[in-house]
Amino acid sequence: MARYLLSRIGQSLFLLLIVSIIGFALLHLTPGGPLSQFALTPGMTAADLHRIAHEMGLDQPLPIQYLVWLWHLLQGDWGRSYRDQEPVLAIIGEHLPATLELMASSTILAVIIGTWVGVLSAMRRYSVADYLATIGAMVALSIPTFWFGLVVIYIFSVSLEWLPSGGIATIGNGSVLDLARHLILPCVVLALVTVATWSRYMRSATLDVAAQDYVRTARAKGLRPGQILRQHILRNAMLPMITLAGLQLPTLLGGALVAETVFTWPGMGRLFLDSLGYRDYPVVMGLLMVSAILTLIGNLAADILYVVFDPRVRLA
Amino acid sequence: MSGVGTSQMEMAAGKPVRQGNRAVRRFLRHRLAIIGLLIILFLVLACAIGPSLLPYNQLHIDLRHRFQAPFMGPHILGSDQLGRDLLARLLMAGRISLTVGFVAMVLSTAVGVIIGLASGFYGGRIGGALMRLVDAVLCFPSIFLLLTLAALTTPSLLTITVIIALTAWMQVARIVDGQVRALRERDYMIAAEALGASDSRLMFRELLPNIVAPIVVSATLNVANAILMEAYVSYLGYGIQPPTPSWGNMLNNAQEYLTTAPWLALLPGAVITLAVSSFNFVGDGLRDALDPHMDLPG
Repeated sequence: MARYLLSRIGQSLFLLLIVSIIGFALLHLTPGGPLSQFALTPGMTAADLHRIAHEMGLDQPLPIQYLVWLWHLLQGDWGRSYRDQEPVLAIIGEHLPATLELMASSTILAVIIGTWVGVLSAMRRYSVADYLATIGAMVALSIPTFWFGLVVIYIFSVSLEWLPSGGIATIGNGSVLDLARHLILPCVVLALVTVATWSRYMRSATLDVAAQDYVRTARAKGLRPGQILRQHILRNAMLPMITLAGLQLPTLLGGALVAETVFTWPGMGRLFLDSLGYRDYPVVMGLLMVSAILTLIGNLAADILYVVFDPRVRLA
Repeated sequence: MSGVGTSQMEMAAGKPVRQGNRAVRRFLRHRLAIIGLLIILFLVLACAIGPSLLPYNQLHIDLRHRFQAPFMGPHILGSDQLGRDLLARLLMAGRISLTVGFVAMVLSTAVGVIIGLASGFYGGRIGGALMRLVDAVLCFPSIFLLLTLAALTTPSLLTITVIIALTAWMQVARIVDGQVRALRERDYMIAAEALGASDSRLMFRELLPNIVAPIVVSATLNVANAILMEAYVSYLGYGIQPPTPSWGNMLNNAQEYLTTAPWLALLPGAVITLAVSSFNFVGDGLRDALDPHMDLPG
């Protein structure tokens, strides 16, 4: 187990290195480059630009720039924002909790609904409910997240006036109820895609397990169907779902970016868009790295938890 | 039942059942896929010939009929803040969005197939390196990657299409790589190699025809994905730039008018959902039709 763990962590770190090279190359090879922001400042001369480039180390060869950046990164210095000179890590740290709150709450919601829908579809295979779930999941995967956001804002904020249309809290009102009211719509919108994917995989996992010999044995022993479902089928069907949860992380993060824009949610997604608008390279690069790190942690956690929860997996 | 009967009769008559016919029949049985296909055909036709049949040009500004609600005046599906006809704009936007979707699909599939073929065929170090590249690119949420590239380049129809393709080739590459690895040591490959076939002949003439089915399926799903991605970047302001309408950028400032003119937000999104889900249903139907391991009668 320890050797497996070490080798998986090693692989992830290696992948992270490639990711950082791709991200760095992407940002620095596109036309304009980090200097373009300063070039727009009134009264900027070519000599000034040259001086700024020299101070920021932008006149050095790209591989050297990369190594310098990587060296600072490893020491916890992710650079400073071009916009307000704040350290990148501090800015991201400020915005991360809001995004994590959104992602965690929508995942919990999606897993509960998705599991229920998936198991129901599997237990009543080829019934009307099963077909509706299939079609519904396919349509849900086809709806643009931001548009679904606009639709729920139109229904629940504009027409019914039940819930706020954006923001994380009313200013001056720190109550839990207020926070919850702001969370509902973005959480539901972000959960849509996850519910669709989760219910599909849950359906096929349940069908796979229900066809196993031990389920037939349980039935032959005369166990009640509910008991078989809970203790034999569900427990085993949840195993492959752990992997799915880990692999879904990049999709979830991308969805969070869109949901945050629609609902003016002060998280990483909005920070990313704002920074792109300002061509704030250090922050954009930092956010790309954080999203890749979160993805890799998701994959790693999926692999490890699978081994932990399934004693049948033997590691060579 | 009748399907089974005919194929039995055909076999009894010594007539071989062609794999292609069976696939077509299986696809036709997939009702949702057929509906999806019809909707796609309808959308393509409407976008191609519709604008020339309408009384309004998509750029025509009609200030006397601003914010006209659908079915309440001269503009059938209503008009926007400048009095432009929404139906005309939707159809012209459809030309752009569908074209971006198709071209991005062709590009991403081509890149994915070439990388997957090379990786699966050569295996070893080259294969390993290429697949690690795929893994690394997949570490970024595709929207992050897409937005970064779109924001840093000058937006045009071509750049957006290329950028969408660049963020969507990885899945195809993985599928092709897996298939090629499975077929690499088949007898017909060894025979072709022994006859002195070149690497490119082995890859494109021997391997590729045998893995067309999964490629077609993922290409279809890629169109759906590309249309969706175009909508995302354009909605966020980094995609197709106004006044050229696309389904995504029509929603760009619709949020401001959500209280006064909700149709401006509701209609374009509904069209996107319709188009994307149609491609997804067709892709799903193709998967069932082309997979020889599926246990369907007929």
